[in-house]
Amino acid sequence: MSNEFHIVVCGSIVPDPLQTLEPVQGAQGPELKNEMMLPAVLDPWAGHALYEAANLAAKNPGSKVWLVSLGPKAKLQQVMMNIAQKVPFELVCADGSASGFTDSFEVATVLAQSIEGIQGLDKSKLLVFGGWQSASRGSGAVMQMLGELLGISEQFQGVDKLTAGDDGSLEIMERIEGGAYQVSACNGTPAVLGWATGELPEPPNNPQVGMQNMRLVMPALQQAKPADVVQGSSLAFAAVELPQQRRETRVVKDMPVEDMAREIVEWLNS
Amino acid sequence: MYTLRTLPGDDVRQIMWRYADRYDLQMSVQSARGIARTVVAKLVAEGARNTHEWTDQKAELLTAFDQSGLTALFMDPHQGGFIEGPKNLALALAAFELAWVDGGAATCSLATNLALAPIHEKGTPEQRDTYMGQCVPPQPGEDREIRRGAFALTEPLPYIGVDTGVMCGKVRVAEWNDEDPILEVDKRGRFITNMDFANFVTAAVESDDERIKSSCMIILEEEDEGTYDRGAPTLKMVHQLSSTRDPVLKLRVPASRIIGGFEIKDGTIIPKYSHGEIIGSVFHRTRIPVGLMTMAKLISAVEPVIRYHRKRFQGGDAAKEGTPRFDHGIQMNEDALQRLVDVWASGEAGCSLGFAASRLADAFDPIEKAKEKLFEEQGVVGPRKQMMALRKLKDTVQEFVELEHLPESERDAARYQELKDDTLVQFAYMEALAGILNPATKLWCTGVGATVMREAVSLVGGYGITEDCPGFLMQKWTDAQLEATYEGPEAVQRRHMSVTMTSDVFQATVSAWIGQLRRVESDNPGMGAEATASALELWQWTLNHLQNTKDAEGRKLYHNKRQGVTFPMADALGWLLGPYYLILDILELKEKGAMNPVLADGIDDLVAFYMDMANVQAARAAGEAARICTELVYGFANGAPEGVEPFAGLKAKVDAGMAGARLSKDRAGKALSGVMIPEALDYPL
Repeated sequence: MSNEFHIVVCGSIVPDPLQTLEPVQGAQGPELKNEMMLPAVLDPWAGHALYEAANLAAKNPGSKVWLVSLGPKAKLQQVMMNIAQKVPFELVCADGSASGFTDSFEVATVLAQSIEGIQGLDKSKLLVFGGWQSASRGSGAVMQMLGELLGISEQFQGVDKLTAGDDGSLEIMERIEGGAYQVSACNGTPAVLGWATGELPEPPNNPQVGMQNMRLVMPALQQAKPADVVQGSSLAFAAVELPQQRRETRVVKDMPVEDMAREIVEWLNS
Repeated sequence: MYTLRTLPGDDVRQIMWRYADRYDLQMSVQSARGIARTVVAKLVAEGARNTHEWTDQKAELLTAFDQSGLTALFMDPHQGGFIEGPKNLALALAAFELAWVDGGAATCSLATNLALAPIHEKGTPEQRDTYMGQCVPPQPGEDREIRRGAFALTEPLPYIGVDTGVMCGKVRVAEWNDEDPILEVDKRGRFITNMDFANFVTAAVESDDERIKSSCMIILEEEDEGTYDRGAPTLKMVHQLSSTRDPVLKLRVPASRIIGGFEIKDGTIIPKYSHGEIIGSVFHRTRIPVGLMTMAKLISAVEPVIRYHRKRFQGGDAAKEGTPRFDHGIQMNEDALQRLVDVWASGEAGCSLGFAASRLADAFDPIEKAKEKLFEEQGVVGPRKQMMALRKLKDTVQEFVELEHLPESERDAARYQELKDDTLVQFAYMEALAGILNPATKLWCTGVGATVMREAVSLVGGYGITEDCPGFLMQKWTDAQLEATYEGPEAVQRRHMSVTMTSDVFQATVSAWIGQLRRVESDNPGMGAEATASALELWQWTLNHLQNTKDAEGRKLYHNKRQGVTFPMADALGWLLGPYYLILDILELKEKGAMNPVLADGIDDLVAFYMDMANVQAARAAGEAARICTELVYGFANGAPEGVEPFAGLKAKVDAGMAGARLSKDRAGKALSGVMIPEALDYPL
């Protein structure tokens, strides 16, 4: 027997980690220099959550996956060209900043409103997935707040594995201190799961899935409602700066791994 | 003075190359890029290019192509693909992305498509669906191996090259029956891509039996009875990420494998298409991606060169932190910046030309099919009758050409629409244009591109020819040489152009371009429109002069056999096409970029930079074209030639059209010194 899940994955974009990020003071608070021109990728934690959601939905016929994103819609569109080829989902988009200079509560509020507005969503079957952390600003608070706003008290963070029983129950493995796991039993939906890395690799592209997804993604992007999570926020930044860290790279060929390990240990201990 | 904030990204490219509204193409770009900058870059960095043999390591490429969806890019949806309709632009974009890292990987990706192209263009519906369907990765629930193909042309041993008139493959009847005779095919291939793993070969063969007429292309499978020897690996020094061998094939196959089918008349097998007809229709389109592969090398060189220049003096005692020498390195000097502008501008111009050719090929495909259908309905059969029917439309086509290049507000909209809807008019116009753009893309982009790539390598000094050089610039430079010979060496492209560029329709098009560019110049000065227009005018005058003049020894100047005249004129035209299409692309960027939420903020600066690059390239191209024209007009006379007074005036206009080009180069170079580049390379060493 299978279960039907309505899985909402919350995830947005972050600047490509290869880019130089420089905080600057914009008209509405801090922002990244040339933010709109920086190439973006799906937040890796959100990616894990999305692939786990698609896998769960595939195993349980009748299930459906929505990806709820708060981000600038033009940048989201570009990222979707890649992500939409991976797994089937329906995009729900709120057009706003994804810079990381946003207040967790404001973000959670926008996401909750977006989820509430999804046509045909059955809250009794609802699993809200998201990243435990984010590559843009890992406050680790959004998912908890979102769960509270949606009235879902079953919450799990740092999830690496979810097993659904035939009776609709859920077994969830969460990361805890020291590389250990906590295994919890949950009677069933609704629940909020903040994913760590999960156990699934990035799925290969399937352009036919992409073509199907994009037919819904494009209208969703065009109809995205503006979400002002910066100007309307009570959050104020006194100052923002990049961590003062210098990369000192040496190119050394044919160095034995033992010597590499020794150098790293020496560096850590220094 | 403007600022170039970052290197142009997808938003810019999508507008300039006109696929902003095609999410199927944007998906393909992302897929190809994902492979290029991971699997392909890793293979190159690990030294996979150091062997001629196809290895398990190299075979990772095939898996990556399958998993990313690139293998299915060439197929129609009912065959397992995902794009309906022509796919020239899609294939060009994918090749561009792969060649951004490695040209051999791009060739490997395109090779199965090349094997399928004869079947796609001229095969029977059954042949098409069978072989195209076998070459897409299995769908969920399917249990089958994916098949791959190789394309064996007419390369005679021992040399290589595309001379379609010299055939080394033979076909004869082995067993006669009236339904499906069994044929024996004897084909020795050379330089055959994909041959290490190809399950089938589409081979060009000629009749060695009076019961078979002429020549054909035929499909050979590895399971066929006889010898399917993959042969020795070709010892090529470039493009090692594509498999290349010299196979020996001696197989018995049914005649139903003849591509396009056949009929039996009076005891003779008559193939529907000769090998020449099939190759002609295939090469019409497949030349374009190869030209763009070389252009990808030039644009991909920009970031690594900037990175090298800026960090040149860091890490030693040569400069103290915080000094201009430390921060800007070699970019403190004008020369390094301006030479890089030259490389970049060449790449942009070549891309504008190549992608324009791809888009034209996509538009031309359905028109060509509609033309065939229309002529069939009208009973106009055979190339000669069709040519005569099209010739009657000459004036109407020229009328369309003029309307096409007028601003919308100045043309008769009803008449324009009427001619736009006329299949034969559209066919005649597009055929004339494709007859120039396809060989010109291949000729200029790979030929001049290889030379410009040498400049890019030299900008990284001795580091450029080391394995540590970021961007694999040395490999790209040498790869470009092979690309210049793919799908016909440069002489083939020049020969093609020397025939097509004299057509009335194309000459009318050049005249229309000149008028169009002059209007652009008045509205958008400083982007090289005047220099390009004047150079085209000079080229057109020269062509006309050469066609009606004899040399000092009384021999005709513009003649089929006189390649010392016709070929340089093709080269001159090749130079001018890039700036023309770059200017059009920049106008598109100016208009559409302002409406793009990502670009709107910095669009004026970005367009200003591109206009300066176009101006630089236009001046260079006009100079090259003018030099060639001058040599041809003056070089065949003893002393001062007669009747060339107008030439001097036109040439003076070309010179004057270069006004401000060096200031443009100053500005563009300065802008490069401030552009933000990523912290790390976009693909690893």
